[in-house]
Amino acid sequence: MSFVSLGSGSCGGMKKLLGIFSLLVVVCVVTAFASDSFLSGYNLENLVRRTALFGIISIGVAFVIVTGGIDLSIGSVICLVGCGLPWLLTTHEWPLPAALLTVALVSAGIGFAHGLLITKLRIQPFVVTLCGLLLYRGLARGFTADQTVGFGADFKGLRTLATGKIPIPFIHGFEIPAPVIFLLVVAVLAAVFLNRTVFGRHLLALGRNEDAARYSGINTDRMVVLAYVISSSLAGLGGVLFVLDVNSAQPVDFGNFYELYAIAAAVLGGCSLRGGEGSILGVILGAALMQVLRNMITLATTRNNIEFAIIGAVILTGVIADELVKRFAAKRRLARESAEHARGP
Amino acid sequence: MAAPLLEARSLTKSFPGVRALKGVSLSVQRGEVLAVIGENGAGKSTLMKILAGVQTADSGEILLDGQPAAIRSVHDALSRGIALIHQELNLADNLDVAANIFLGREPLRFGLLDHARMRREARKFLDAVGLDTSPDALVGSLAIGQQQLVEIAKALSTNARVLIMDEPTSSLSSREAENLFKVIGDLRARGVSIVYISHRLGEVNALADRVTVLRDGENAGELARDQVGHAAMVKLMVGRDLSQFYAHEPHPPGDAALEVLRVRTPAHPAHEVSLAVRAGEIVGMAGLVGAGRTELLLALFGATPALDGIIRVAGREVSPRSPLEAIEAGLALVPEDRKRQGVILQMAVRENISLVSVRHDQRGGFLDRRREAELSREMIGALRIKTPTDLQVAQFLSGGNQQKVVLAKWLAVQPRVLLLDEPTRGIDVGAKQEIYKLMEELARKGVAVLFVSSEMEEVLGMSDRVIVMHEGRLAGELPRAAATEEAVMQLATGGLN
Repeated sequence: MSFVSLGSGSCGGMKKLLGIFSLLVVVCVVTAFASDSFLSGYNLENLVRRTALFGIISIGVAFVIVTGGIDLSIGSVICLVGCGLPWLLTTHEWPLPAALLTVALVSAGIGFAHGLLITKLRIQPFVVTLCGLLLYRGLARGFTADQTVGFGADFKGLRTLATGKIPIPFIHGFEIPAPVIFLLVVAVLAAVFLNRTVFGRHLLALGRNEDAARYSGINTDRMVVLAYVISSSLAGLGGVLFVLDVNSAQPVDFGNFYELYAIAAAVLGGCSLRGGEGSILGVILGAALMQVLRNMITLATTRNNIEFAIIGAVILTGVIADELVKRFAAKRRLARESAEHARGP
Repeated sequence: MAAPLLEARSLTKSFPGVRALKGVSLSVQRGEVLAVIGENGAGKSTLMKILAGVQTADSGEILLDGQPAAIRSVHDALSRGIALIHQELNLADNLDVAANIFLGREPLRFGLLDHARMRREARKFLDAVGLDTSPDALVGSLAIGQQQLVEIAKALSTNARVLIMDEPTSSLSSREAENLFKVIGDLRARGVSIVYISHRLGEVNALADRVTVLRDGENAGELARDQVGHAAMVKLMVGRDLSQFYAHEPHPPGDAALEVLRVRTPAHPAHEVSLAVRAGEIVGMAGLVGAGRTELLLALFGATPALDGIIRVAGREVSPRSPLEAIEAGLALVPEDRKRQGVILQMAVRENISLVSVRHDQRGGFLDRRREAELSREMIGALRIKTPTDLQVAQFLSGGNQQKVVLAKWLAVQPRVLLLDEPTRGIDVGAKQEIYKLMEELARKGVAVLFVSSEMEEVLGMSDRVIVMHEGRLAGELPRAAATEEAVMQLATGGLN
């Protein structure tokens, strides 16, 4: 249960998950019919790998969205880390642990700075992270002089973290991509944190009602800062895995728009942008749906350039449907209560 | 008697979790001042909003001049001559007086605003309410009393025949209030009907031609001019004798639990406030809206920390900079705005109840879910919180039960000092009484209780001692025996004791 919903109060959570799961199945079935290659082992492996990678950054942004905030800087953090890691390792020949530690500290530090600006100076999250979006990509383009950076033929071992596969006994033609392991670890930790710890409870409380949370003695500022640190850190982890996966990064467009995929996945997965709602499993399903949609457009149409239009339309439909269902439920509830009242106390 | 100008028959209205009106009727004659009274949560505001088209009734009918009138929007109501003046004024501060009066109905000339005509006509209506400010003055620069007269002028400009005033004096000084009464008298003489909502019984006594009393969403009774009197009104409002309703017993107070020395709040930086509440004592805080009572509680609780001064709890200085510090010192606050500051509406009852204590009931950062369930079960039983299960989200509970959830949250950490801000606002009579009982019980156990209330009966009925604030200062203090409505009002409006 803890994996499914955030807080026991979200009674509509299960239905929402079923909704997005059905949508995912429908899109998969349609794509499978439209294209023979959809169900090929190679395609499925890619799909699962990308879902895992995007799932990790989506869980990160879900933490921020739960607090009622937003993080637009994810794509640029991915760019900064994705370019920074090979740059440190190959151009500057840093030892691997130092380079990894540096990118980890930089991404966590970025989130920390965002959190402080948002809580202490009361600047809107949108503005802070929008500036971050410009800033970090600009920095990455600066220190790489806009040149592609990559691992070349080195770091094969390190790269298996992203490219490796784990065979499943008795099943041939499909192996589990390594990033799935990362996703599982992150997802379980995130779900346990949100549902089983005092901090998680405080985070959910402040997302639903910051004033009431503060009046209950919750250090809301600290929790908000923590949420941004988690978001940036997972974006950093995502950046490392993304660049290990594709071997090289172009600072101009590496991670471009990834924040939007992440936010879309979180919203599809049931995180309300008004805060306080969502589930980790939903976010993963949302990330999967996004990737299947992209996959469908590549495989089943000849016009890759309408990708954004289709994704936009699907998300909008999902959000509208969710809102309509919510209103319908509220109406039914009111009618039922009135009927109960009419029957007497 | 001729057909009443405005009549409402058996109006009902429900909101999620609460039935605000259960078949309320009311009638107003031409040129009559009808007072509608009742405790908070009796349904006065809902009724007025329905008459003014802000909300629509679930059932029942409204008649004008004896004819059924469908009022489905504010526009419907205005076009039929019914205007509502809200408790919180609805004026645009950044526009001038004339622009506010004609907002949405601006006279045009060649498609552009006809400023000259607006100014000319505005003057006429301002004269009618005895306001001599310029139509060009910015509304934001006027005093509250003047702004209210602008609202009335605005209503008159729509040819209102029925003026509904919701707690019009709640933020007025006594001089402003007297001026308002004069204007009301003039309007009545001109044949305008006034529906006057107030819980200041003194005012009602002086103004009303007739009084309709609501209780718990129903008509509790009606008083003709010659029957109007304080005791009669109170009896209808609370439905029983006061002494029964407020089951108050004085307790032998203990040592000072809360001491406040020369505290200044950001809202009233020019005034220092000092007071003390002893263990086992219930102290009521009276005053007009804006007297600085809420701000003082927020400062004591560290939510908007005091500028300076000393706050001691059980002899130990705390002067909290955050609610967390206040809570650690043994303070608890049931805030004024239950839905925004008290409960977390989208969270389960259980999670709301454990919200504060969860910090102590943890095991290495992890929630102690068994303890949480236990606590919630205990509290629901002890406070008789009505909820189908404790996993229900708080949103769907009635106001009274939500308030009990807030109290439960604090009882779980056993505070030394309980601060309550308008603890019974918007909740039904039954739940009110239970909250009073709870306050009593806590005092008996030695908790110091300091509560702010705008409901006179509640302050007088529940307090061992009454503290009155006026414009950020302590205006005076009355022991229970000396606390009468007149004495409290005099202090609250700045009169000398």
